[in-house]
Amino acid sequence: MNSEFFVISLLNGVSYGLLLFMLSSGLTLIFSMMGVLNFAHTSFYMLGAYFAFTISGVVGFWPALVLSPLLVFVLGAAFERYCLRRVHKFGHVPELLVTFGLSYLILEVVQLVWGRSTVPYGLPEQLQGPLFSLYGTQFPKSRSFVMLVAMLMLVSVWLLLTRTRIGLVIQAALKYPEMVEALGHNVPRVFMLVFGGGAALAGLAGVIGGNTYVTEPAMAGSVGSIIFVVVVVGGMGSLAGAFLASLLIGLVQTFAVALDYSLISVFTSVGMTVTENTFGYPLLKLTISQVAPILPYLFLVLILIFRPKGLLGTRED
Amino acid sequence: MNSKNNTVSGAAPHYRFTPWNIGRWVIWTLFAVALIVAPMLFRSSLAMTMLSQIGYLIIICLSYNILLGQGGMLSFGHAVYTGLGSFIAIHTMNMASKGSFNIPLVLIPLVGGLAGAFFAILLGFVTTKKSGTTFAMITLGIGELVASMALMFPEFFGGEGGITTDRVYGSAFLGISFGPAIQVYYLIAAYCFVCTAAMFAFTGTPLGRILNAVRDNPERVEFIGYNTQRVRYFAFIIAGFFAGIGGGLATINFEIVTGADSLNVVRSGGYLLFTFLGGATFFFGPIIGAVLLVLASVLLSELSKAWLLYLGLVFLFMVMYAPGGVASLVMMNLRLAKYGKLRQLWTSYLGLAGAGLVGVLGAACMIEMTYHLQLNAALGPELTFLGATLNATGYNTWFGAVFVMLTGFGLFELCRRQFVRQWSQIQEEIEHEIKRGGA
Repeated sequence: MNSEFFVISLLNGVSYGLLLFMLSSGLTLIFSMMGVLNFAHTSFYMLGAYFAFTISGVVGFWPALVLSPLLVFVLGAAFERYCLRRVHKFGHVPELLVTFGLSYLILEVVQLVWGRSTVPYGLPEQLQGPLFSLYGTQFPKSRSFVMLVAMLMLVSVWLLLTRTRIGLVIQAALKYPEMVEALGHNVPRVFMLVFGGGAALAGLAGVIGGNTYVTEPAMAGSVGSIIFVVVVVGGMGSLAGAFLASLLIGLVQTFAVALDYSLISVFTSVGMTVTENTFGYPLLKLTISQVAPILPYLFLVLILIFRPKGLLGTRED
Repeated sequence: MNSKNNTVSGAAPHYRFTPWNIGRWVIWTLFAVALIVAPMLFRSSLAMTMLSQIGYLIIICLSYNILLGQGGMLSFGHAVYTGLGSFIAIHTMNMASKGSFNIPLVLIPLVGGLAGAFFAILLGFVTTKKSGTTFAMITLGIGELVASMALMFPEFFGGEGGITTDRVYGSAFLGISFGPAIQVYYLIAAYCFVCTAAMFAFTGTPLGRILNAVRDNPERVEFIGYNTQRVRYFAFIIAGFFAGIGGGLATINFEIVTGADSLNVVRSGGYLLFTFLGGATFFFGPIIGAVLLVLASVLLSELSKAWLLYLGLVFLFMVMYAPGGVASLVMMNLRLAKYGKLRQLWTSYLGLAGAGLVGVLGAACMIEMTYHLQLNAALGPELTFLGATLNATGYNTWFGAVFVMLTGFGLFELCRRQFVRQWSQIQEEIEHEIKRGGA
């Protein structure tokens, strides 16, 4: 493993991890505020990308960067107001189911409006090309832009939650809703805004993730279960845990894809001979890049066995 | 959801006659008769495949409901156990036909069941550590894990093409070779009846009852000395066993299993969707769900390309307005009928159905036209929908559809208000009568 490969993979892994964090932060925020696990969260991510594709075709990428999350915010808030609030009284399972139904619906609507294949949502001119080159390999501007936006978002969410009056009300509404209500704040509206805000974060991730990676109807499903892994591994409801877990999983997946080692190469390097007749040959011949897709889930299983509350989780339930 | 459940799951106390519970005998006999008679009424080969599918899907949906309805566990990975059951079953069949060892086809579903239980023992140990929302996320993760592993081991899962088999092997027993579809149907029907009875019996066992308690109030269950995690684990294994039986029957029916299709999370989502639509709060709800699943995936998908969209909408509305599923709607009306009040409502029902149908028709026209523009634009702007020719690019058609939809939904809203008033009045009367009867 040379240093060139290492540095570039590190950067790619961090930028992918930060994108995962943008997604899981919205999910964690909604979950820790309202106790609702939003199954349609990555559908909002997908909507963000598709909205940005359409808007940037009309007025350009930079307005889309603002407008698309706003649109997603409105949709998310409306969904909370008219659907989620209605099922709240039935308990957690129907809440989960209603978001599950929404994810079905959004997928169908996206396929209906934008078609079933990839849309040509490209990078704007300013983000095309390499930012710098390292040992002859170039690091694209778009990836660094993802990192920049994610860091800005992280800082602003943190400032909003801890340093402003709105943040105080949100935090208080989480722990003592009746008291906050008695003080004259509209708690249902706070929840609506939080849900919309979480959806908007996903939408923002979609705007920058859609053109850095690819915009297609399968994009919600492909990250959907990974961000659930992130949230469980990090510890349910812990933003810092989600940050750590997203970086870890981003790095693990990026590095794994590029590695062509298998157990056979390990065994042969210590002097054992492995042939097709050796016991467990199908398992031994798998390279790390082949098992890359399942690594996050294996990680999940290991965490559940050895530390069920997650990396930085506080509750054990 | 939970509170009204307590009186319903298990035996309804109102109908318990001693020493014979006549109502229950009648229902089970009717169920058996329906299973026997169904293929005589519907003779086409399409109906035959549909009936077979309904048969094993009833087992799968019921086994799923052990988790969802009785244990309060929202699993997104049920296809893992049906799928792995299918794979073990198909490998056993192939080995048996090669003559490695001798096992009659009748027992293959049991092999699938044991495989399902084995993988539930293995994977359930991790998944049932947590309950509630975390359980849902973990089962989703495990489901993805197994589904992506299927492509990694083509030796076992057959890669993209899957694995095929031939269900006719060995010598025929009493002339039953299981070649013709009708014989397979009766095998499935027999398993369906036995498994349904077994799962119903499970609801009455101490484990089944304590499982309901774990769903409703885990703290109290801990307090009286049960380990909630172990209760969930045992229930998970039992659900895995029946899911595997369903998977084994599916293998016998189709003679092919593919990893990409039978293990993926979309399949698990389908089981969840239809178990819920049928009604998770009643034991018989998933049976309705299984019937709906086959009707939707075979007939509705033929009728319209937009069927997934309709399905999503129906699901969303059901969760919002009738979280007990179809079964709860049926039971509510049975209650009315029992007190002789159903007759007062039929005009309202007729009005609701009529207005709703008009509204849905308008909406469906628009959805069909949009789908047509998106998918078949090359065929020209005209499409036929329910016998009418629609012009997908014409303003008149769109205006007409919007108008029909708005009229329908407007009328529906008027009827609904009237209906809600009537409904609550009738409920009050019934409550009144119950109180008077009790005094």
